[in-house]
Amino acid sequence: MAPTPEGTPLLEMRRITKTFSGVTALSDVTFAVREGEVHAICGENGAGKSTLMNVLSGVYPHGSCDGETVFDGKECRYRSIRDSEADGIVIIHQELALSPYLSLAENIFLGNERASRGVIDWHETNGRGAELLRRVGLQEAPDTKVMHIGVGKQQLVEIAKALSKQVRLLILDEPTAALNDDDSAHLLDLIRSLRDQGITCIIISHKLNEIAAIADSVTILRDGRTVETMDMHGPTPVTEQRIIQGMVGRNLDSRFPERTPAIGEEVLRIEDWTVRHPQDPGRVVVDSANLHVRRGEIVGIAGLMGAGRTELAMSVFGRSWGIGISGKVYLDGREARVDTVEHAIRSGLAYASEDRKRFGLNLIDDIKHNTTAAALGKVSGSGVVDQAKEYSIAERFRRLLNTKTPSVDAVVGNLSGGNQQKVVLAKWMYTDPEVLILDEPTRGIDVGAKYEIYTHINALADQGKGVLVISSELPELIGICDRIYALSQGRITGEVTREEATQERLMHYMTTEKEAAGR
Amino acid sequence: MTTPNPEAPTSSSATTPAPESTPQTAEAGRIRRSNLREYGILGALVAIVALFQVLTDGRLLMPDNVASLIAQNAYVMVLAVGMVMVIVAGHIDLSVGSVVAFVGGFLAIAMMQWQLHWIIAILLGLGLGALIGAWQGFWVAFVGVPAFIVTLAGMLIFRGLAIVIVGETIAGLPGGFVKVSNGGLLGGLGFLGHADVLTLLVGLLAIAGLIVSQLRTRRTLRRHGLMMEPFGMFIGRLVVVGLLIGFFTWVLASSAIGLPYVLVLVALLILAYGFLMGRTVFGRHIYAIGGNVHAAMLSGVNVKKTNFWIFVNMGLLAAVASVITTSRAGAAIAAAGQNYELDAIAACFIGGTAVTGGVGKISGAIVGALIMGVLNMGLSIMSVNPAWQQAIKGLVLLVAVAFDLLNKRRAASA
Repeated sequence: MAPTPEGTPLLEMRRITKTFSGVTALSDVTFAVREGEVHAICGENGAGKSTLMNVLSGVYPHGSCDGETVFDGKECRYRSIRDSEADGIVIIHQELALSPYLSLAENIFLGNERASRGVIDWHETNGRGAELLRRVGLQEAPDTKVMHIGVGKQQLVEIAKALSKQVRLLILDEPTAALNDDDSAHLLDLIRSLRDQGITCIIISHKLNEIAAIADSVTILRDGRTVETMDMHGPTPVTEQRIIQGMVGRNLDSRFPERTPAIGEEVLRIEDWTVRHPQDPGRVVVDSANLHVRRGEIVGIAGLMGAGRTELAMSVFGRSWGIGISGKVYLDGREARVDTVEHAIRSGLAYASEDRKRFGLNLIDDIKHNTTAAALGKVSGSGVVDQAKEYSIAERFRRLLNTKTPSVDAVVGNLSGGNQQKVVLAKWMYTDPEVLILDEPTRGIDVGAKYEIYTHINALADQGKGVLVISSELPELIGICDRIYALSQGRITGEVTREEATQERLMHYMTTEKEAAGR
Repeated sequence: MTTPNPEAPTSSSATTPAPESTPQTAEAGRIRRSNLREYGILGALVAIVALFQVLTDGRLLMPDNVASLIAQNAYVMVLAVGMVMVIVAGHIDLSVGSVVAFVGGFLAIAMMQWQLHWIIAILLGLGLGALIGAWQGFWVAFVGVPAFIVTLAGMLIFRGLAIVIVGETIAGLPGGFVKVSNGGLLGGLGFLGHADVLTLLVGLLAIAGLIVSQLRTRRTLRRHGLMMEPFGMFIGRLVVVGLLIGFFTWVLASSAIGLPYVLVLVALLILAYGFLMGRTVFGRHIYAIGGNVHAAMLSGVNVKKTNFWIFVNMGLLAAVASVITTSRAGAAIAAAGQNYELDAIAACFIGGTAVTGGVGKISGAIVGALIMGVLNMGLSIMSVNPAWQQAIKGLVLLVAVAFDLLNKRRAASA
């Protein structure tokens, strides 16, 4: 099934150099993609992966960078994405570009409408649309609106859209970052089957296990340079460890820092917590959940997408989600008032959202303002902000968390994912909470930054705080948590200690059906 | 995605991903550009003043014209101050023109029919403005009706009510009240040649205040090792602004009314609201809401309360503008304040307020208002037909915002 090594390169990029106002983003990058293979590109955030793909697809027009790109034997001089798409190069960005109010078929043919003389041919649109949807394994009717399907399926619609353009080279930027394991597995299967149909694929991913599973070869970028290209089917097996080593330039012995837990009194207890869906009150999203966290303890919540993890956290945090909420929250043994975010913060709760761009940060504002945003009262007197104090606090957290930025005046939107996440952490650490709820604290950030985030989580626990971590990555939960709850369909279906925790066992609890869950 | 989404999903941003590296230069560039933007708009104002000074053969900057420039445009500046806050928070207020007319009618009735002292009438009028703001704020903040709709309704409601209570015109308002917009501090400390000493003194104090406060800010910045504008730029800016204030003080000192009361009022409002937006928790909350309302909510900002008070404040400032307008006309007119909302909104956008919210400054909006005002004045002195004046102002608004957008886009792709 794997392509022959002597297959002609479909794409060759040679000595690509791209600078942004004097700063080199790509330097002499050279790599080749063989026809009919899945080629992974790995690298830490800031290594230049997205820039490289933007050069390839013509986002940065030909002439704005040095080097040459040869696709299918001829040199490319793309002026825009339209040009590269005409050659069959289609890029699917991490942030999906579907219009939520249009149907699946309309989205598939957006910009490429099935029409004659400007009048849409609905038979053709829906007929061809349905065909393409089936090809990517979607059963949905072509006139379903995008807003009614989940992110996993939306990703598949993007691929259907690419297929409608006679794609030859499909570029996927972090396609599984927002997907759960099932959806990810499905997507990877689809990529394999597309490969077998002759579609070449470039995949950018942080999930090394996926790369190990699907890629035929892998190119590693570091600091804007190609480190190496490895054949995954070569004589020496390419392990995840080997890829990480290439990405960080050193051997990362352990992905999780060592820690000896010092667990104290119970700090957070949630009793009989029930939450209903705001648009569909009949649907119970969190169903009589009971859990507790002790001081110095890191507790994980595992669950598939839609299990109610984020909903549980957000409803506890000032009823930020859901209706018909019932149950009790105790902090240090006393019932806490958590009916608004303000009260939740005052009671000693902090919640760092899984979606830092939408819910965590004001991207157009600077680091210092974001750092103090949840505890402005602490840097102000009679409603007037003490700017000097604010600055020194932001600076203190910048040093503590090793946030990479020229100054705390930098706009948060310009930082890399890992550094943005550090600003989110700083913001919540500054509120000095008793319990931190961290929802997907390492989503979309690179291996090195992950390790740093884990170190800070450990430090918080060592200070005697309770930490509740929600994560889709089971190895992460097993690697950092003292105890893990499994959530399935809104119910807590299992609880395991660090010693007992295995991925298989957690997965078993996470997929326990509601009916079977009643003890 | 498990993100519980309280609303319909927004379209995922399909923007070009930013280059992965280069935070450092991008940051330095940003500061340089944002400085440039502020100088740019100030420069545009100076250029427009110079242009009309030439086109009108020096009549634009004659003392009485400068005084009336301020009197004529005080309302825009007052409204723009409130409008910046509304727009930064991600809303809009289309009702302020009608509120000006309605409150004006109320003022006239209070003074003429109820025979209240004009100061009492003004206080009641301000209270009424705040109440109207509370009404609109209630719908926007607590019911969740978009501000565009609420204030479009308000525009109709209060215009209608203004006509109901005023009819067409209520004239003959008391002299004390009329002086608010038409009088000034003059002669209190005698004259130096033609120049009013009191006005000169206030001007000197303003320059001194400017220098002291700027030096203090700079010292704080340095103490914290923050990024500063280059010293030459700093001095240059101080000299330019100081000279401008000095020049206008001198011109005003020889005008017929000296230092206009409304100028004092507007200056105080600018200082107070500049402080409110730049330095207080309330101001920070407004920027936070405009920048990312979800993040603000999850940071414990009481978004509803903040939105409510933004509109109460807008109503209050609309009442202030009404006092200025009604006093200047010496009469309450049912048709007063026509298009004032558009003047205020235009001033904000010319002054660099972002259409999408989250960005904008009081000072920028004031400069924007002055640009519009100078255009008005200059074109009027040149006796350009008002219809043409309107068309020209429209073009200026369009070009200013387009220029700003192009600048940003170039900056983003550089």
